[in-house]
Amino acid sequence: MDRKYELTKNNKMVPLVMMAIGVVAIVMGFMSDSTRTWATLLQNNFYFTAMALAGTFFVAFNYVAQAGWAVGIKRVPEAMGGFLKYGMAGMILIFIFGHHDLYLWTHAELYDKASPEYDAILAGKSGFLNLPFYIVRIVAYALIWIGFTMALRKHSLAEDQDGNIEHYKRSVVLSAIFIVFFAVTSSTSAWDFLMSIDAHWFSTLYGWYTFAGLFVSGLAMMALFVLYLRGRGYMNHINENHLHDVGKFMFAFSVFWTYLWFSQFMLIWYANLPEEVVYYQLRWEQFRTLWVANLLINFCAPFLILMTRDAKRQEGILWVGGIIIILGHWLDVFMMVTPGIMGKDWHLGFIEFGTMIGYLGLFFWSTLRELSQATLVPKHHPMLQESLHHHI
Amino acid sequence: MSGNHESAVRDPLILGNKTYHQMTEEICRPIEGKANKYWWVSFIIAFTTMIWGITCLSYTIGTGIGSWGANKTVGWAWDITNFVWWIGIGHAGTLISAILLLFRQRWRMSINRSAEAMTIFAVVCAGLFPLFHTGRPWLDYWMLPLPNQFGSLWVNFNSPLLWDVFAISTYFSVSLVFWYLGLLPDLATVRDRCVNPTKRFIYGLLSFGWKGTARDWHRFEEVSLVLAGLSTPLVLSVHTIVSFDFATSIVPGWHTTIFPPYFVAGAIFSGFAMVLTLMIIARKVLNLEEYITNQHIELMNKIIILTGSIVGVAYITEFFIAWYSGVQYESYAFQNRAFGPYWWAYWSMMTCNVITPQLFWFKKIRTSVMATFVISIFVNIGMWFERFVIIVTSLHRDYLPSSWVMYSPTYIEVGIFVGTIGLFFTLFLIFSRVFPVIALAELKSIMKKVSTQYKKKGIL
Repeated sequence: MDRKYELTKNNKMVPLVMMAIGVVAIVMGFMSDSTRTWATLLQNNFYFTAMALAGTFFVAFNYVAQAGWAVGIKRVPEAMGGFLKYGMAGMILIFIFGHHDLYLWTHAELYDKASPEYDAILAGKSGFLNLPFYIVRIVAYALIWIGFTMALRKHSLAEDQDGNIEHYKRSVVLSAIFIVFFAVTSSTSAWDFLMSIDAHWFSTLYGWYTFAGLFVSGLAMMALFVLYLRGRGYMNHINENHLHDVGKFMFAFSVFWTYLWFSQFMLIWYANLPEEVVYYQLRWEQFRTLWVANLLINFCAPFLILMTRDAKRQEGILWVGGIIIILGHWLDVFMMVTPGIMGKDWHLGFIEFGTMIGYLGLFFWSTLRELSQATLVPKHHPMLQESLHHHI
Repeated sequence: MSGNHESAVRDPLILGNKTYHQMTEEICRPIEGKANKYWWVSFIIAFTTMIWGITCLSYTIGTGIGSWGANKTVGWAWDITNFVWWIGIGHAGTLISAILLLFRQRWRMSINRSAEAMTIFAVVCAGLFPLFHTGRPWLDYWMLPLPNQFGSLWVNFNSPLLWDVFAISTYFSVSLVFWYLGLLPDLATVRDRCVNPTKRFIYGLLSFGWKGTARDWHRFEEVSLVLAGLSTPLVLSVHTIVSFDFATSIVPGWHTTIFPPYFVAGAIFSGFAMVLTLMIIARKVLNLEEYITNQHIELMNKIIILTGSIVGVAYITEFFIAWYSGVQYESYAFQNRAFGPYWWAYWSMMTCNVITPQLFWFKKIRTSVMATFVISIFVNIGMWFERFVIIVTSLHRDYLPSSWVMYSPTYIEVGIFVGTIGLFFTLFLIFSRVFPVIALAELKSIMKKVSTQYKKKGIL
């Protein structure tokens, strides 16, 4: 019950090596093509921040929904949330230093009526897309997300110490408030970080589509951490029944992501309005293989792999499913970021994959460190018994 | 699961120290006894309303749909508004029986039977509108993909209206089978308790000779799981396809990518409101307050806040993107909704759907039966207005200003709509007298985990 995760020498070394690979990739990137490097930084930084946010969201909605089974794995998503502080610092820095390469709308001449570059559509959006307001927004996201993550973590750890039921009640209230903020900021941040790259284009579904992707990749990452800990001999209170539920979530939200992917694509394709269809036109013409691969990897693979009951109860299959989902949604975010920045001059090589490995290293380092700071079982959670005796 | 590990922070779902026998007695009572005064009064009102609706519908069949207020510009109005409203109401039943089953929400067991019945009745009401809006309902089979020698033309598979035909009929048949399957063990219980041999014979037929053997139960559970698996995508797909009726067009205010999930959330929102309206009356009239407890009402209210807020976020997103897009037609469509001649419909929708459900954040309000009843009616009204706003305000001022008109319904149209409400309640009232309104066998299976006396004995 009181067992903590102990960081071994390997746990410290492997993430550091990965981060070093990332640094090499980024340095090489800046020496060859800085726009490309900014694009990959934005993509990776957003992706891993989103997974951390999914961790906090998972903790919060389980409190609000009074879900008992998930108490046993709660420490994992809680620890994932710890990455948010690095992730949001990264988002802010990337914007400050890279905005001219990343976001067309940050160029001042577009708003100058005398300039030949004047863009009436973007000028119409300048009430929302302007530097001061944008920075206020991203700082607000950072404060809200990190603030709630820390508050929930604080109550969770304090509950371990004194076992007071008040911590549970406060966490429920905090979670409900967080979800309200999350409902708004998950959409607006998707517009800010990603949709505004293709500044002329718009889609009302974009925020929810981004949410579905971040949630399913966060679930997959959470599953992999649970499996890893079990493989190391920790978390013996977690059995195939819990894994089954995590697997169901991964399956269900892969399908949900596909549903939103299809809804957005089908409606734009069907109506065929020029101002909307450009988004898919670019991707179809310049990224066709990846565009098709995105759907195959993120829909067909999890759908077929995780369909049966037995599959969701086997560690090996969950490993495969989880890794596919994480790589698949990395590709999905690549498809959201890169086309608008790089157009037809895109690449997918060492710079992109190296940066991904670097961010993975940072994510592992941060999450494992957080995991080692508390017991793996929230021993005074009022629903712990339900989770320990979970059977489906 | 051995032993009771349910957390002490959960409230009991069955009140009073019930025994299995007592549960059977109390849940079968409305079927076995005579109807009380309230039942007869409600039935007469509902039935009369239905007759009025049939009269108006007959008039429409006789004279044609020119008897409605729709015109060249607003070619779709009340008919499709009512259709979408009723289909949406049906969604709560499917959500409760399929998705809450997957989420292992035990509280669903007290309400799923009536909610599923409600789904079927709502789809019946909804189905009338597309069938009769064709003007010549005797040719409605043309909607099916039949070879040309039947007099029809091969259907247009590119049309979302055709997808609707398939979506709704699938939805209706799966819901009906799922609901009826769940009824089998309970019908057998009623059969075994019958004194009157005729009744016994009828319930015997209806229960398909259910014996309650291990094999019966095994098959029952297998089929239930398969049907739950089929129903889950249906919860999403039906209203998604309904939303495609609008979103595949290029009409400003209709063509927007958020429509599919937003329509689904709205459907569940309105469905739960209707479940609450019905259940608050039913638990009182049928004396089922110890089965459909305040805890059930509070939990449903939480779903109302959740789905109401999702719908709210969608409204704001649409409004924002209409401005952000920089497309003048989009921006105008939304300005016209809020400040044009139909402003009152828009603000009724906003008040009923976005503001009133937020009152449920206060524990006092969401645990009050009276307040819940009032707010559930507000949501029903608001969701009707939502469809009216989307449909009529987008059409009445389209791309061609010389064709701009107003739409107002005739008393015939209003009569048909009111008639469907009568039909809905008539069917529900009959249902409450012939079938057990609570899934008795299912509820018994959790009694030892969630009822008051067993919770006291639990570990915590």
